[in-house]
Order: sequence, then structure tokens, then C-alpha cells
Amino acid sequence: MRTRRLVRYVKRGVLYLAALAFTAFAVFPFYWMFLTAFKANRDLYVGGTVLTHVPWIFNAPPTLEHIELLFRQTLYLTWVRNTVWIGVVVVAITLVLAVPAGYALARLTGRWGERLGIGVFLTYLVPPTLLFLPFSRMIAWLGLQNSQWALVLVYPTFTVPFCTWLMMGFFRSIPRDIEEQAMIDGYSRFAVIRKVVLPLGISGVLTATIFAFTLVLQDFVYALTFISAVPRMTVSLGVPVALVRGDVFYWGSLMAACLITSIPIAVVYNLFIDRFIQGLTAGAVKG
Amino acid sequence: MALPREARRPLPAAVAPLRRRTLADREDWLGRLMLAPALVYVVALVGVPFALALALAFSSARSGSLEFSWVGLRNFWAILPDPQFHRALWNTLRFTLVSQALVIVLAVTAAHVLSAAFVGRRLVRFLLLLPWAAPVALAAIGWTWIFDSTFSVINWTMLWLGLTKRWLYWFGEPQLATAAIIIVHVWRMFPFATVITLAGMSAIPQEISEAAVIDGAGFWRRFFQVNLPLLLPIITVAVLFGVVFTSTDLSVVYLLTRGGPYNSTHVLSSLAFQRGIFGGDLGQGAAVALFLLPVLVVVAILMLRTARRAEVGA
Repeated sequence: MRTRRLVRYVKRGVLYLAALAFTAFAVFPFYWMFLTAFKANRDLYVGGTVLTHVPWIFNAPPTLEHIELLFRQTLYLTWVRNTVWIGVVVVAITLVLAVPAGYALARLTGRWGERLGIGVFLTYLVPPTLLFLPFSRMIAWLGLQNSQWALVLVYPTFTVPFCTWLMMGFFRSIPRDIEEQAMIDGYSRFAVIRKVVLPLGISGVLTATIFAFTLVLQDFVYALTFISAVPRMTVSLGVPVALVRGDVFYWGSLMAACLITSIPIAVVYNLFIDRFIQGLTAGAVKG
Repeated sequence: MALPREARRPLPAAVAPLRRRTLADREDWLGRLMLAPALVYVVALVGVPFALALALAFSSARSGSLEFSWVGLRNFWAILPDPQFHRALWNTLRFTLVSQALVIVLAVTAAHVLSAAFVGRRLVRFLLLLPWAAPVALAAIGWTWIFDSTFSVINWTMLWLGLTKRWLYWFGEPQLATAAIIIVHVWRMFPFATVITLAGMSAIPQEISEAAVIDGAGFWRRFFQVNLPLLLPIITVAVLFGVVFTSTDLSVVYLLTRGGPYNSTHVLSSLAFQRGIFGGDLGQGAAVALFLLPVLVVVAILMLRTARRAEVGA
């Protein structure tokens, strides 16, 4: 009896240890960003060979110096503004295109709609790496080099397929009976969409909004290809590429920027992750 | 899917005879109308550039001018004997395969841990997802600082623990640079694969596992002969996404090593960027990038097959 209890304790212990190890691996870079962002320079720039100086903790009182520098003397806030307006326009375009398309694929197009839905999703797998060179040529044709409108034009190429797929799955999960009942009551299909489906689908639309926006924030390749003027950059491009003055990295401010940008996105993302996974695996795990 | 044909058909007009049928009732046309804008956008801005990607690879296009002339296979004759290209092709393969192998092991383990009930499980799940949710470019720059040539915290810890005697220049030696890139890829992809695997696990009926317990199967036996085979389709999906995201990623290599040291860590995407954008030789860059296509085609086919099998099984 006692050995059995012991075995159980050991099992619990292993479980917690494993959970801890995974978490540590995942979180450690963010912890390091956090330390760097608030450490005073004399605490920060101590060579890694000095074994008496433990880098994992604050050895000197934390400072807000780097944060101040980031907000006052760099273009960080400009990049945030750029990202937000580009994101908002892209989300608007995405919703206008993807929500009706998702509904049409879920309800109105029958058998070939299903194939088409999978086709649309496959285009999401066509990576920026394959498309940035032809896009750079197309952007030059359109005269949009170094313009944020280039990004507005290009970002929907991955947000629209993804959100269409997401919305399709979402509309399918709304019971058909509700819509049919409304039509028996004399609504046209269009009125049903407007008065019944959309109010029910509002959380789906919200999910699509969040993911379209985060996908925009995730992009690095297109921004790197199209935008070279520093004040026109997005956060994901400006921070890693242009927050460096001369040869000196301002690691404190740099890490502060990474942390401040990543954490809110990560929090929001986490709230919606289950839907995201449902969307991605809609084919493999039957929803 | 399970609905009989009758139920799918739009309701007969006789049910609502009082109202005139308008365009809003013509379901086929309404469907096409609602689908068309998205379809046009995707065709114009994914289809056309895709075709142009193929065309560019056979042209002498350069950035900075709009001229375009066919040169046949010249770009391919230029890159095929190029050792730097071989290296990039091999690296793409190597980074992807090694990181995905590690991701599978980590993700299946982590999913099993997370499926058990314990205090703080939700918090652990939240924290585990951070690497996937954070913008990849920002995470990569964070890692660049972690692997810094003077201040690396990893080096400090390893020296302190006595795991190494010498200072490791992570971006100065090809092997270490490779390791660093793979670590970052694994770090980024394993949370994603974990969550997908977890979703798959919750879809397996509890009875199956219970039946196996009653039949006397131990943990490992249950794991390898019951759970793993049932999880295979969902793990396949996770890996396929992982392969796409890892093999085509530019930001990690670009921000960590820029293909260095001595061009030893270039992957197809970073080489295409260097040749096509920095070097201005769009044609050659496009030819390099085109070698990603076979991978993507294979992934797409496997993905469709998994989806179809799941559908038949359901």
C-alpha cells in the first residue's frame, strides 16, 4: 500500500517537473527580454565569462531608462501607429471578402464548394518566400515601392484564404434548422444572413478579426522586401532592423520593444487559440 | 455532411407563397456573388504572382528596371553548380527535418503532460503558447541577444554549470550557428504542435483508453499501441504545417546569422532574398525560391489525403 502511494507521488512529481521544464523552455526568452529591458547598463553589459556576476537576476536596481529611450528617442511609436492603421485596413478588406465567401462555401455552393474551400485553404500554404520576388516586380509596376499601400494590398493574400476557411467552418457549425425556420417564416436567404446568421456568427467574425490582425503583425518578409524608409516601417520590421544606431545595439530598448509588442498579442492570441486550431485542423479532426 | 439530400435542398416555394422570389432567393447566384470578390482577389494576388514566380525564374529580370526577357534555363544553369546553392538546399532540408523531429517528440510529450489534470494547467498552457503567438521577427531578435558573442546568458550558465570550458561563438562557427537556428525553430513550432496534438487527444474517446487499461496494457504499451496510432493523423497535420512554416521561413536565418558564418547557414529563402533583392537578380532569386515548390506540393498532397481519410473515417 505504501509503495503504491509512493509511486503516485513520484508520478505527480515527474508530471510537475515535466510541465515546469516545458514552461521554462518556452518562457525563458521572454524572461530574458524582461530582465534586459529593465536592467541598468552597468548590470547588463557584464561579459558572460564573469562567473561571479549572475545574469539571471537584477544585481543593480531596475531602471526605466531603456523604456524612456524607446518611447522618446526612437521611432517605435511611429511604427506602432503604422502597423495599427495597416492592420485596420487589412482587417476591413479581409472581413468584406472573407465573411461572405465563407458563408457561400458553407451553405450555398454544394459539392464543388467543398473542393473550392480546400483550394482556398491551400493558397494559404503558398508562402511569402515564394511570392515576394514576383510581388516586388508587381509592386514596381504599380509604382508602390516603399509605400505602405503595398503592404495593404499584399497582406490580404494570406489573411483572406485563412479567414475564409475559418468563417466557413464557423458558419457550418450553425444549425441549418435555424436558417430554414427563418425562411419558412418568410425571410429571403439574404435576409436570413443579415438578421439570423451574422448575429449568431459575431464571435466568428471577431475571431477572424483577431487572426487577420495578428497575421499582419507576424509578417516580416513582405515588409522587408517593400519598405526601406525607416519611418514607414511596421513594428515587426522596424524593431529588429532599424532600432539599432550605428553598430551599437541598444539591447535594453530593443528587448523592451520586443516584450511590449509581443505580450499583448500573445494574450489576445491565447484567448482565441482554440478556434484557430479548430480552423486549421477542420479537415483532420471532424468538428 | 450527414444530412440527407432532401434536407439540403432549399425549401419549396410553396411554403412561402406570399412573397415574390428575388435574386436574394436564387441561392446558386447568391452563392457565386458572395464568393466572387474573395476568389478574384486570391486569383489576382496569389495566382498571378505565383505564375509570375515561375516566369521570373526563366527570365533575366532585375530589380530597378521593368524590362523582362526570356533566357530559358540560364538561371538554373547558374545556380545548379553553385556550392552556395547546394548548401542552402541541404540546410533547408536539414533544418526542417531535424527541427520537426524534435518538435514531434516534444509536442507529444508536452501534450501528454498537459492532458493530465494538475494545478496551474491553464497557466502552463498559456505560457507554452507564447513562442508561437509572439511575432517571429521579434522573437528571433530576442534569441540573437541570448546567443550574443559577448553577453550570452546561455554561455554564462553553461560555464557556471561546468558544461563547457570554452566560450561558444554561436554565430561564429557553422555547427553552433546551425544548432542555434534549429533551437529557435523548435522553440517556435513545438507549442503549436502541442496544442494541435492536444486537440487530437481530446477527440479520442475515453473508453478506448479505459478498455486498454482493463485489458491490462501498461502505460508504454497504451502509448505506443493505442494512443500514438490514433493520434497519427493529427500529428501529421501538425508536422505538415511545421514543415511549411520552417522550410519557408526567412526571418529566423535572416536575423540570427544572415546566412553566416561564411555563408554556411543560408537556406533557400534567405539565398533567394540575397540574390533577388540585395543582388538585384530577380531571375536567379526566383529560380532559387522555386526549389521550395516540390516540398509544398508534397505537403499539399499529404494534407489533402489526411483530410480525406479523416472524412471517410468520421
